[in-house]
Amino acid sequence: MAQIFPKKANDLVKVLAAAVVLGACGLGTMATGLWLSPFITQQDVAKQQVVPFSHLHHVKGLGIDCRYCHTTVETSSFAGIPPTETCMSCHSQIWTNAKMLEPVRASFKTQKPLEWLRVNDVPDFVYFNHSIHVNKGVGCVTCHGQVDEMALTHKGQTLRMGWCLQCHRAPEQFLRPPSEVFNMQWQPPADQSAKGLELVKNNHVKVEQLTNCSVCHR
Amino acid sequence: MTTQQHSIARAVNRVAAFFTLALVLVLTSGCHQDMWNQAKYKPLAKSTFFADGLASRPQVPGVVPAGYGARDTLLYTGKVDGQLANSFPEELPVTRELILRGQQRFEIYCTPCHGRLGDGNGMIVQRGFKRPPSYHTDRLRAVPVGYFFDVMTNGFGTMYSYASRVPVKDRWAIAAYIRTLQYSQFAPETDMAPQDLALLDQPVQGLALLDKSEAKTTEGSAHHE
Ligand code: HEC
Ligand code: HEC
Ligand code: HEC
Ligand code: HEC
Ligand code: HEC
Ligand code: HEC
Repeated sequence: MAQIFPKKANDLVKVLAAAVVLGACGLGTMATGLWLSPFITQQDVAKQQVVPFSHLHHVKGLGIDCRYCHTTVETSSFAGIPPTETCMSCHSQIWTNAKMLEPVRASFKTQKPLEWLRVNDVPDFVYFNHSIHVNKGVGCVTCHGQVDEMALTHKGQTLRMGWCLQCHRAPEQFLRPPSEVFNMQWQPPADQSAKGLELVKNNHVKVEQLTNCSVCHR
Repeated sequence: MTTQQHSIARAVNRVAAFFTLALVLVLTSGCHQDMWNQAKYKPLAKSTFFADGLASRPQVPGVVPAGYGARDTLLYTGKVDGQLANSFPEELPVTRELILRGQQRFEIYCTPCHGRLGDGNGMIVQRGFKRPPSYHTDRLRAVPVGYFFDVMTNGFGTMYSYASRVPVKDRWAIAAYIRTLQYSQFAPETDMAPQDLALLDQPVQGLALLDKSEAKTTEGSAHHE
C-alpha cells in the first residue's frame, strides 16, 4: 500500500504546527488589543446625538456647574440627564433661531423628550451608584475624563472591571476633598497618599470590603 | 486528484476551519446579548411597552410622597394665610449651615444669570439673556422672604421655575443666602467691624475691576451712602 503521507508532509506538519502556535498567540494578542481598544470599549469615541451638545461651551466657556443639569448626581445612583425644560431655561432666550436647536424647541412644544444616546453604559449585571462615589470624594473627572473639554461627549475611561478595581483596591490614591469633586482642574497634592489615607479614614471608606464581588454584582 | 493531494487539502481545510472558528470567537466576544442586556430598565430608558415610549413613568397628578403630610404649610408655599410670609418655617431655623448650603446652591443654580453678587450680571446675561434686576434695590430689600421662595417655586416672567431641580429646603436655604447677600451690600456702619470701616475710606480697588454698568445698578449699596 502506498504511504498516505509523502516524506514532504512531515515538514508541512511542522510548519503548520508552528503556524498554529504563533497564530494562536497572535490571535490572543489581537483579541486583548481589540478587547481594550476603543472599537469595543467605545472609549474616546463620540456619539452623534440629536443635538450636538457641547460640554466645552457650556461648562468651560460659560462656567455652568454639572449639577445645574445633572441634578441627582449627589443623591441618587443615577446622575440624571437634563429634561428639555432645563435647556429651555436658557434657550428660550438664547440662540432662539439656531437650526441646531430646532429639536430642543420641537421637544419642548410637543412634550416628547429628546432621545440622547448613552455614552457610558456598564452591563446590566453590574450595580453602580453615583451618590456614594461623589459623597466620598471621587471626582467626576476621575471616571469621565476632562468632560469640560469635550465638544461632543465621549467615554473617558474603559469602565472595565479591572479599571474599577484598581481604585477599589487603593482608593487613597484617587480621593479628593468633597468640595473639589466638581472641580475639573483639581490636581492632587504632592502628599496625596497621606492626604488620601486621611480622607479614607474621615469618610469611613471600608477598603477591606470594596473588592467583594457582591459590591458590584448583586 | 491523488490521495496525497487529498489529505493535504483536508489538513489545510482543518487548519482553515480552526482559524475561522477562532476568528468568530474573537469577533463575537464583544457581542454580549445574554446577561449584558437584561430585561430591566435603567432610569429614563426607552420602552416599547408604554405608548409614550418612556420606561420612567410620570407621577400621577396630586401624589404625595410617603412621609410628607399636608403641603399647604409655610414650608411648601412660602405663605401664611395666603400672604407671602416674612419668616422662615419652624422646621428650618436659620443657622450658619443653612446659609452656607444656600450659598452653594445659589452658585449652582442662580449665578449663571444673577451673578455671584446677585447684581444681575451673570455669564448668561453677558451672552444675551434678559438682565434680571439686581437684588440690591430698595424694592427687593423690602419684599418678604417668602417672595424669593415663591419666585424659585413658580418662576417669574422670563425666569423659569426651579422647583423641579431645587428641593424645598434648598429653596429656603437660597432665600436665606439672598438675604445675606443683600445685607453684605447694605450693612449700616454701626454693624461693621473697625477694620471693615477703615477699608471703606480707601479707594475701592475690587469694584474698579468690575463692569462699570454694575456700579450703576447696585443702587443704594453701602459704598454710595
Ligand atoms: C447645560 C447642561 C449640562 C451641564 C452644565 C453639564 N452637562 Fe453633562 N450632559 C448634558 C447633556 C444634555 C448630556 C447628554 C448628551 C451628551 O451625551 O452629550 C450630558 C452627558 C454627560 C455625560 C455622558 C452621559 C452618558 O450618556 O453616559 C457625562 C459623563 C456628563 N454629561 C458629565 C458632566 C460633567 C462632569 C459636568 C460638569 C463638569 C457636566 N456633565 C455638565 C448636559 C450638561
Ligand atoms: C445656563 C444656560 C444654558 C443652558 C441651561 C443650556 N444652554 Fe446651550 N447655550 C447657552 C449659551 C449662552 C450658548 C451660546 C454659547 C456661547 O455664546 O459661547 C449656548 C449654545 C448652545 C448651542 C450652540 C452650539 C454651541 O455649543 O455653542 C447648542 C447646540 C446648545 N447650546 C444646546 C443646549 C442643550 C441641548 C441644552 C440642554 C441640555 C442647553 N444648551 C442648555 C446657554 C445654555
Ligand atoms: C466612580 C466613577 C464615577 C464617578 C466619580 C462619576 N461617574 Fe458618572 N458614570 C459612571 C459610570 C460607571 C456610569 C454608567 C452607569 C450605567 O451604565 O448605569 C456613569 C454615567 C453617568 C451619566 C449618565 C447617566 C447615568 O447616571 O447613568 C452622567 C450624566 C454622569 N455619569 C455624570 C457624572 C457627573 C456629573 C459626575 C460628578 C459629579 C460623575 N458622573 C461621577 C462612573 C462615574
Ligand atoms: C477612583 C476610585 C473609584 C473608582 C474608579 C470606582 N469606585 Fe466604586 N467606590 C469608591 C469608593 C471610595 C467607594 C466608597 C466605599 C465606602 O464608602 O466604603 C465606592 C463604592 C462603590 C459602591 C458602593 C458600595 C456600597 O457599600 O454600597 C459600588 C457599588 C461601587 N463603588 C461600584 C463601582 C463600579 C461598578 C465601578 C466601575 C465602573 C467603580 N465603583 C469605580 C471608589 C471608586
Ligand atoms: C468594583 C466593582 C466590581 C467588583 C468588586 C467585581 N466586579 Fe466583576 N465586573 C465589574 C464590571 C464593571 C464588569 C463589566 C465590565 C467588564 O467586563 O470588565 C464586570 C464583569 C464581570 C464578569 C463578566 C465578564 C464578561 O466579560 O462577561 C464576571 C464573570 C465578573 N465580573 C466576576 C466578578 C467576580 C468573581 C468578582 C469578585 C472576585 C467581581 N467580578 C468583582 C465590576 C466589578
Ligand atoms: C437663566 C437665567 C436665570 C437663572 C438661572 C435664575 N434667574 Fe432669577 N431672574 C432671571 C430673569 C431674567 C429675571 C427677571 C424676569 C423678568 O422680569 O421677566 C429674574 C428675576 C428674579 C427675581 C426677582 C423678581 C422681581 O421681583 O424682580 C428673583 C428674586 C430671582 N430671579 C431669583 C432667582 C433665584 C433664587 C435663582 C436660583 C434658584 C434664579 N433666580 C435663577 C433669570 C434667571
